[in-house]
Amino acid sequence: MSWLNAERLRLLVPALSLAALLGAVFVIQPRTMSYVGLNLLFNLAVPIALATLAQMLIMMVNDLDLSMGTFVSFVACVTATFLYTDPLLGALILLGCIGVYALLGVVIYLRNLPSIVVTLGMSFVWGGLAVMLLPAPGGTAPEWIRWLMTSKPPVVPMAIVASVAIALVGHWLVMRSAFGVVLRGVGGNERTVERAGWSVLRARATAYALAGFFAVLAGMSLVGLTTSADANIALRYTLLSIAGVILGGGEFVGGRVSPIGAVIGALTLTLAASFLSFLKISPDWQIGAQGAILIIVLALRLLLNRAERREIAR
Amino acid sequence: MSGAAQILRKPWIWSFVAALAVWLATILFTGGASTLGLTQAALTFAAFSIIVGLGQMFVITLGPGNVDLSIPATMTLAGTVALKLMDTNDTLVVVGFLVAIAIGVAVGLMNYALIRLLRIPPIIATLSSSFIVQSTAIWYNRGIRIKPPPVLADFSTASTLGIPNVALIALAVSVVAWVLLEKGIFGRWVSAIGQNMHAARLAGVPVDGVRLITYVLCAILAALAGFLLSCFSGGAALNMGAEYLLTSIAVVIIGGTAVAGGNGNVPGIWGASLFMFLVVSMLNTYGASAGLRLLLTGLIIIAVIIAATRRRAI
Repeated sequence: MSWLNAERLRLLVPALSLAALLGAVFVIQPRTMSYVGLNLLFNLAVPIALATLAQMLIMMVNDLDLSMGTFVSFVACVTATFLYTDPLLGALILLGCIGVYALLGVVIYLRNLPSIVVTLGMSFVWGGLAVMLLPAPGGTAPEWIRWLMTSKPPVVPMAIVASVAIALVGHWLVMRSAFGVVLRGVGGNERTVERAGWSVLRARATAYALAGFFAVLAGMSLVGLTTSADANIALRYTLLSIAGVILGGGEFVGGRVSPIGAVIGALTLTLAASFLSFLKISPDWQIGAQGAILIIVLALRLLLNRAERREIAR
Repeated sequence: MSGAAQILRKPWIWSFVAALAVWLATILFTGGASTLGLTQAALTFAAFSIIVGLGQMFVITLGPGNVDLSIPATMTLAGTVALKLMDTNDTLVVVGFLVAIAIGVAVGLMNYALIRLLRIPPIIATLSSSFIVQSTAIWYNRGIRIKPPPVLADFSTASTLGIPNVALIALAVSVVAWVLLEKGIFGRWVSAIGQNMHAARLAGVPVDGVRLITYVLCAILAALAGFLLSCFSGGAALNMGAEYLLTSIAVVIIGGTAVAGGNGNVPGIWGASLFMFLVVSMLNTYGASAGLRLLLTGLIIIAVIIAATRRRAI
């Protein structure tokens, strides 16, 4: 049982849930077992996975970002307008957004503010900016983003390739780099990391800036898929990203997160939506069924946690 | 310490200062013509935020990570079921009210069962149950908008001695909540659990029982607010609780309750609820567009929380 260490055991539930769900989808609708089918199933998971990774970076330092949905919507609006008509200005605006995220991290730390309320206020700010930019749905996706998101690599569909790439980048960043260790340390025991000589301020600001970066990528990739944007296009990403991190084995405090798990969680949630429509469940119950799926997966995780603790105690 | 200095140190003072400032700014614009109308509207709409805010305050005071995201869904289900059962029949008013409260009890029990038995973090647990409750409301409603019984419709839109009836109900609930929090043993237990759950358990506080009652209480208050709101609005809409999710969290934190738990207060919820409504109406009065309104609301929330949070003890 030594290969199955604690970290790998944590990934077991999300991975198995995804596999089970995928198997169920294949059984109900065999036509999805194809290149086009898989691409369609997981297409919309790519922006959600990026947003989930961004949320994970913030949860890693014991904070919560309630503005993820409106921020991704705003980025989508900027991409469909400025980035299309005036790429340089659009790029500057997006870089400015990442800067604002870093500034948020600094202010929250220095003034000891509750991240829930600050990001709540920021969600109104981003929402207002998005509505001012695009009062009605519109805009056009820039050519290169469109090309990237609709590309057809051989054998494996773009959606899978992108998801795997995102998971690997996240894993390297958080688990394998020195910086990732410092970040997780800040989440786990801030004072110890500070005494060891690392600048907690710099670590937090960078975590927030990275989160902003991934969220910007999420908005851009979303526009690549939907070809136009709207101020409310990604509002559900807030709760989806939080659920994705938790489903993937992450926790709210303690710096315990799993990037691969987070991406798997995002894929599972996306798949659950398609699965429910394949099951021909009455539209009334589709929302409720998503809640039920969340509960079932977390109940499974509880059982596995008990097994994990017995394993560690041995 | 002089009386004035003592008042200025209360955690809820900033919410009232902010509310007063915004109220004055709005009155100034119309030269005093709208004073009575504005104040009555503020008291009416703030009343619903206050009722749900009180429930959320008890949950947040339970400690870090405790928040109830199922408030909008509970509001919707309680309003929908009660109205459909009463069917504009004046004699069934008491039955409708009791059914609404029963729904609150059921949702609260479900929430805590998920949190305690399945060890799901409260954010995810209440989120999942909100999906299920919302689906139940959708299924039960069948798209028909049923009017409230005339007695209730008149009561909820009328005033007594110039003060809106719903505000009087909110006041009654606030007094009970204040007594529970400050004068009763229940409030001490809640604060103790919020400050240090382990120590509270060792000191003999019935932690599980108190947490259960808190979550049930929050759901009951949400059901009451939903019942009143649907009578006030002339019918239950399926999205009627949507804005109360973030509002309930915001009024609690802006009102001075600590996000980390252990320190609740009731007056602050009044100040913050009035403030939230007055900000929106002030911006409307000054002719701000929808986007600008959202943007400024967010910036004002952030400014208030920066002013209200004490500096980090370095």
